[in-house]
This record gives sequence, structure tokens and C-alpha cells, in this order.
Amino acid sequence: MKRRLILLLPLALFLVLAVFFYQGLSLNPFQRDSALMAETFPAFELTTLEDPSRTVDESLLQGEVTLVNVWGEWCPTCKQEMPQLLELAERGVRLVGVDYKDTREKGLGFLAEFGNPFEVNIFDPDGDLGFDLGVYGAPETFLVDADGVIRYHHTGYIKPQDVTEVILPEVEKWRE
Amino acid sequence: MARVISTSLLLLFLLPGLALAGGIEVREFDGPVMERRYAELTATLRCPKCQNQAIDDSDSPIAGDMRDRVYALLKDGRSDKEILDFMVDRFGDYVLYNPRLEGRTFLLWGLPAALAVLGLVLVGLLVRSRRNASAQALSTEERKRLDALINRERTE
Repeated sequence: MKRRLILLLPLALFLVLAVFFYQGLSLNPFQRDSALMAETFPAFELTTLEDPSRTVDESLLQGEVTLVNVWGEWCPTCKQEMPQLLELAERGVRLVGVDYKDTREKGLGFLAEFGNPFEVNIFDPDGDLGFDLGVYGAPETFLVDADGVIRYHHTGYIKPQDVTEVILPEVEKWRE
Repeated sequence: MARVISTSLLLLFLLPGLALAGGIEVREFDGPVMERRYAELTATLRCPKCQNQAIDDSDSPIAGDMRDRVYALLKDGRSDKEILDFMVDRFGDYVLYNPRLEGRTFLLWGLPAALAVLGLVLVGLLVRSRRNASAQALSTEERKRLDALINRERTE
């Protein structure tokens, strides 16, 4: 009897692996943690979208929990996301935008058309800051705590229900 | 009419060539070693935006940015490891087609070897038990039964 059980071992192994791989099939490959989680926001020195003569750096993100949203005029999902960002700003969240791989003219036009929830927008025409953030598309959103450390990362679209279900709880969590 | 058709056919044949010409990046390498390293690095780095494509094979904008960085870092005299670290620091382990051997990936690298060893051990055990079984002499009862079976077959 014991010997028979040993013969079942390959089948058991197969079943374990089958369950494991089957679960992998339903995973979203874009749902993965940012490599910058719990890391300091990368250093940068860029002008603002609003004022080409004003240069900002990473110290902009210190002293207060800030939501950094990477967007671009060329990105259709960013347009759909704007109402959610406006609501977050209305609820007292500090937002800073990164205008990613855009022209100043188009970026400013976007804000004029869809609203501007951002305290200020970092102008990143070559995508250098985006690259250091590991951004591979837009929109992407990073929550940065008062010490300038990245605490939460949202890949892609912030759905209307995400505002109260995901983003606001995260903001509250890191405000303490 | 025939002229129109032949012209459009000619255009059709030329179009793919035009598309290719638009996609080629011209890079100046400091010798064949750098060129080979560039080819190897861009073939083992995975495009983070795509499902399963190396950055040398992808038209995604981020893949193009990553190729530019690989090239710039090579020009800068960085080692392969430094360049891979640079990418992993930003995009995570996801971009490595060759996962590194470390604590977290131990199962990944170790499991196939462990399964192969387990399989060999199983086969070995089975072979040995079979060999022992056949080496055993038949008991008188078994011999009688064997004779009975053979005789019956002979009479049939």
C-alpha cells in the first residue's frame, strides 16, 4: 500500500503545480509593485509647466503628503482621470503633476480644458523624471509622504470608486 | 489601367521597406565588443510595457528610452551589472529575462533541479524494487501455479 502511494506522488506534484500556474493565468501582469516603493523620490531638477523660469527639485515634495500624478496631453486615459483628481484636490489632498513627454503648449491646453487639480506641474518633456520613476505609460500615480518617500503606487487609471476606496485611505494612513 | 496597377503594385512592395527604414536606429559603437554588449543587454532586458518582448524587439516608447539609456551607459563605460542594476532600480526584477539567483528566486532556480533529482530517485527506487522482485526465487506454491498455467496453455 505504501509503495502505491509513492506512485501517486507525481500526480500530486502535477496537481499542485497546475493550481499554481492556473492562478497565474488570472493575474494582471501590470499589477506589480513599483521598484521605488519605500524609496526616496528620485532627484530631479526641472522647470515647471506654468513658468519656464521656475526650477523645482525633489524638495518640492517634502513637508506634506503629496500625490504625484504623471500625465500627458497625448494620454486619453489621463483625460478620464481628471475628474477623480479634481475631487481629490477638493478633498484637501495636495497634488503635484508631472507633464510627461509633452510640449508646454499642449500641456497647458490640457489643463485649460480638463481642469487643474495640481498645485504645480513639473515639466518633463524628455521623460527623464518619468524614467527614474520607472514610469512606462501614463497615467501613473505615486503617493509621497512628508519625508519625500514613495509609499503607494497606482498604475493606470484611477477609477471613480478608487478615490474613496483606495487613494484617500492611503493618504490618511501616511498623514499620521 | 495596366500602368496604374503596376505602379500600385510597385508601391505595395516598397511600403514595408519604408516602414523598416523608419524604425531603424543608427548607433555608433566604439568597436565590436561594445556592439555585442549592446545587443546582449537589449536582448535580455524585458520591455515593462509589453507582455513578453525584449527591449530590442519592441516599438513601445519606453523600450526606445531604455535602449537609449543602455547605449548612453555603455558609452559612459559602465559594466553590464551596473546597467542591469540601473534598470532594476527603476523598473524592478520584471525587466530581467534572466532572474538573478538570490533568496527570493531560490525556489525558481532550485525547483527544476529538485524535481529532476526527485524523479531520478523515484526511478531508481522502482528499478531496484523490480530487480529484487525478479531475483527472488519462486516458492513451491508459485511454481506449481506457474506449471498449471503453462500446462493449461499447452493443452489448449
